[in-house]
Amino acid sequence: MKRGTTLLIGTLLLFAAIPPIAGWLNEPFYLDLFRRVMIFAIAAASLNLILGYGGMVSFGHAAYLGVGGYAVGILAHYGIDNGYLQWAVAIGASAVVALAIGSISVRTSGIYFIMITLAFTQMLYYLGVSIEEFGGDDGLRLARRSQFGDLLDLANPTLFYYVVLAILVLVVFAIHRLVNSRFGMVIRAARSNEARTQAIGFSPYPYRLAAFVISGAICGLAGALLANHTSFLTPDFMHWTRSGEIMFMVILGGIATSAGPVLGASVLLLLEDLLSAWTVHWQIILGPFLVLVVLFARKGLAGLLARDERHG
Amino acid sequence: MAETLLLVTELRKTFGALRATDGITLDVLAGETHAIIGPNGAGKTTLIAQLAGMLRPDSGRIRFAGEDITPLSAQARSRRGLARSFQITSIYRDFTALDNVALAVQAHAGHSFRFWRPAHEERALRQPAQAILNEVGLAARADVLAANLAHGEQRQLEVAMVLATGPRLLLLDEPVAGMGAEETQRMIEFLARLKGRQTMLLVEHDMDAVFSLADRISVLVYGRVIATGTPAEIRANADVRAAYLGEEVA
Repeated sequence: MKRGTTLLIGTLLLFAAIPPIAGWLNEPFYLDLFRRVMIFAIAAASLNLILGYGGMVSFGHAAYLGVGGYAVGILAHYGIDNGYLQWAVAIGASAVVALAIGSISVRTSGIYFIMITLAFTQMLYYLGVSIEEFGGDDGLRLARRSQFGDLLDLANPTLFYYVVLAILVLVVFAIHRLVNSRFGMVIRAARSNEARTQAIGFSPYPYRLAAFVISGAICGLAGALLANHTSFLTPDFMHWTRSGEIMFMVILGGIATSAGPVLGASVLLLLEDLLSAWTVHWQIILGPFLVLVVLFARKGLAGLLARDERHG
Repeated sequence: MAETLLLVTELRKTFGALRATDGITLDVLAGETHAIIGPNGAGKTTLIAQLAGMLRPDSGRIRFAGEDITPLSAQARSRRGLARSFQITSIYRDFTALDNVALAVQAHAGHSFRFWRPAHEERALRQPAQAILNEVGLAARADVLAANLAHGEQRQLEVAMVLATGPRLLLLDEPVAGMGAEETQRMIEFLARLKGRQTMLLVEHDMDAVFSLADRISVLVYGRVIATGTPAEIRANADVRAAYLGEEVA
């Protein structure tokens, strides 16, 4: 087995072991912390699909966290708490928003792409701030978590934890299949050499757009999970610093690797938690650490820890 | 008489005051190897770019296999069987040699909205790709990252990719540029084996390559074709000697 895969499976097994460990230590807080880590790992994995494999540097991925979160929150606000419906709407609405943003941004590249994705996300952010009906700046409380009848009760924190873990495993596996399929080869080829890709007869645009939409839909699901996790949503779900955070998880963990987003989300959020408990100026330590990783580990932590991993 | 595969009429392209393509008329017959030679700045690469669809001509027509392809994009032309290699090697450096060629096969094997099955396990892509690598002499290098191939091997790989698209016409832009003597020899031998089976339009500086490979040669000077003919006719042409070959000989 490749070392990257070993690393990934090890991390996922560690996630699986957290609830018993937290129970044994009588520290339910860990459950909360690691559930948050996994939700962001899903978001980072979705961004990695387009940023890492597709070379599309989306600086607006928090938009889909917001759309997914608000889909759950707004439906709940009107008394619709059916989880299947809420999550389906979260995924569907994120896909539609991604299609709209993508159909404009995917035609561009480089700095234009970054700025367009950022601009659209800022628009959604201010939309969230301005709609009083849904709490505006103050946010929207979720009275109940998404309901799945007798099948799943997300009010049970351990069960909810394992639901998130199962979705994370599914997402990571699906993206792994996706990037190695014919479809994945096209978006990776277009990142590697666009002129060549056109010259051998591909039109990269529809493939890139499809990847962009898939990525947005997955991140929308992460948003639905995050809304359930916090039971409270604010426009800050969509703040540009949030987009930056997700991007950093991908880069820190290692772009275009399966393990990268999972590692990146884990390390960034755990460090943030550890350092902020220690000092209020934790960013002074985290900042230089991130800079060092970017400077000295081109494939991030996954690249450092598993040097032999190479996709394709 | 063989049918005309490519017919270029009165093609013009200017960049400001520079008439890079100044009314070029040219034809390539099915099965022939047609070479374009000319001094630096004669507009050879500009012509290739227009034929491949990467540059739009100001006026003139390009007909390919009886169809007017002047308004078509590079992708659309590639799908119709017009494929090019670049003067500066253009490959996927972070993919293996086999992946490079398999992608070219894939580009002509229907749409690629197939999301689940690993492309690496598809015999329909891997087998033809491997066969083409064998043909160009890169069989042993199939699993090497393209970036780690020697310069000459990268050029061979690029030709392999272009061949993998199953082209009716191969546009070769200086296939031996920057190659060592031995690599050049190997590429010429390869193209010689291809000759007759594959219609080729070849832009090349290397006179040995051109005169040994081409059925017909067109001489381009300042964006115009000043002569077209067999290698023997071109050698004997006074205008060509004055404009071009004279410099080479001297």
